[in-house]
Amino acid sequence: MLRLVNVNSYYGLVHVMKNVSIHVNEGEIVTMLGANGAGKTTTLKTISGLQPIRSGRIYFNGHEITHMPPEKLVEMGIAHVSEGRQIFQPMSVHDNLELGGHLIYKLYGKKTLKADIEKIFGLFPILKERRQQYAGTLSGGEQQMLAIAMALMARPRLLLLDEPSMGLAPMIVKEIFRLIAGLQEDHRLTVLLIEQNARAALRIADRGYVIETGRIVLEEEAKELLANQEVKRAYLGKEQREIWE
Amino acid sequence: MSHSGLTDIIQFMVMGVQRGAIYAMVAMGFNIIYNATGIINFAQGEFVVLGGLAMVTLTMALNLSLPVAFILTVVAVTVVGILMERLTINPVGQPTVLRLIIITIAVSILLKGAAMCIWGKGSHYMHHFTDAAPIEFLGAIILPQTLWIIGILLCVVIGLVVFFNYTMIGKCIRACAINRDAARLAGINDRKMVMLSFALSAGIGAIAGIIITPIIQMDYARGALLGLKGFGAAVLGGLGNSMGAVVAGLLLGILEAFGAGYISSHYMDAMALLILLVVLFIKPSGIFGSSEAMRLKEF
Repeated sequence: MLRLVNVNSYYGLVHVMKNVSIHVNEGEIVTMLGANGAGKTTTLKTISGLQPIRSGRIYFNGHEITHMPPEKLVEMGIAHVSEGRQIFQPMSVHDNLELGGHLIYKLYGKKTLKADIEKIFGLFPILKERRQQYAGTLSGGEQQMLAIAMALMARPRLLLLDEPSMGLAPMIVKEIFRLIAGLQEDHRLTVLLIEQNARAALRIADRGYVIETGRIVLEEEAKELLANQEVKRAYLGKEQREIWE
Repeated sequence: MSHSGLTDIIQFMVMGVQRGAIYAMVAMGFNIIYNATGIINFAQGEFVVLGGLAMVTLTMALNLSLPVAFILTVVAVTVVGILMERLTINPVGQPTVLRLIIITIAVSILLKGAAMCIWGKGSHYMHHFTDAAPIEFLGAIILPQTLWIIGILLCVVIGLVVFFNYTMIGKCIRACAINRDAARLAGINDRKMVMLSFALSAGIGAIAGIIITPIIQMDYARGALLGLKGFGAAVLGGLGNSMGAVVAGLLLGILEAFGAGYISSHYMDAMALLILLVVLFIKPSGIFGSSEAMRLKEF
């Protein structure tokens, strides 16, 4: 469904993505593991069009999407939930969702948008309760849910998730991961997930990549990565204790 | 004496509100573009001049009816605003704030030159909107045109509030102002929103020009000073805060009128600059702006 071929990207002179080639199949959850600054976020940004790439190609559903602007990619079905809960804080929850579904509004009109928002409220009952509140007044977990809900409003086929658990309490993290797994099962959504909480990510993922200083060094089934000694040592920590159980 | 004192005060208030309404509208124009791009559009005053001069031509030379001329003028100046964005702002490869601001200064000089070529150096007279006699209120004279100005300012303010809070396009522009990347990821074309904000600013500038021309007689060189005072109002109200701009614009106009009345009319233009300096020294975020508001950039 998604394929990156030898993608190189720079921040100024710094070479952040070195010949990155990854693929995500339809219906899969794929995760990327790596230390801070390894190039995970940059990889997602190149896919969603926020970060320009110097060389290489990106394909989505057989179409080349290299160098396409973000709004075009959203239209094609790629939704990116970027890190740090990027929502419109001074606007109401309802307005945020409307903006997330702004393309649906353009294509199908107001009625469809309203129906879509109701569907999203079914998925996130807490957002329905808070619909008139300013998004900035929500708790961290609710803001993250709103960010994911906004992305879903665009009716994506591929969801790019950047650190959905960052700064959240373990209970909330668990809920969000359950939600992501549910989205894949119930809505046949394909997910590319970046996560500091590597164990949680590998639990719900089908496959995983390990990225080190901008280079993909390992690609494996999630189960095998969980068992891999190197990965255990570097990303899962020696302690096998579950943080939320 | 006490009666004439009161009359003076009312008269100055009326004059102040009338000028202030124009500053408020110029300031709103500044804010819309500032929120969308983070730059100050120094050609804002030129939009006002173009609006005024185009209106003079359409009503006085071509004898069009007032509403028709009004709409044509606003549309024409809006098109100028769109062209300005498409031809000078949009193509900039690496848009830094300084670069864009310098471009707007260049555009303002160009527009001023073009206005001089088309309309000449003289000032242009235009009829008041209605022929009704001035209204006397406790000895003070209120021109019907002043009421038009206040009414149209109100309409513009209400229109903007509705636009930014209740229409999808308005919400998209706000979204871009609040968080550009998040807006792009929501599928909003940010460059188009920048263009729309230039269109909107130009349109509001044109309206300001149209309604003030019967009173001040427009000439090609007025843009700089109108722009400067509008900028003063925008800063006074807190850059980016449109409601602040309205209050600050009116306040600036009133202070100016009282300054002219009680101190000296020679220093009238200096009043605005003096206020601007004082604000920048004491409270750079403006009277209605807080650092929080600066961050949120609420309309």
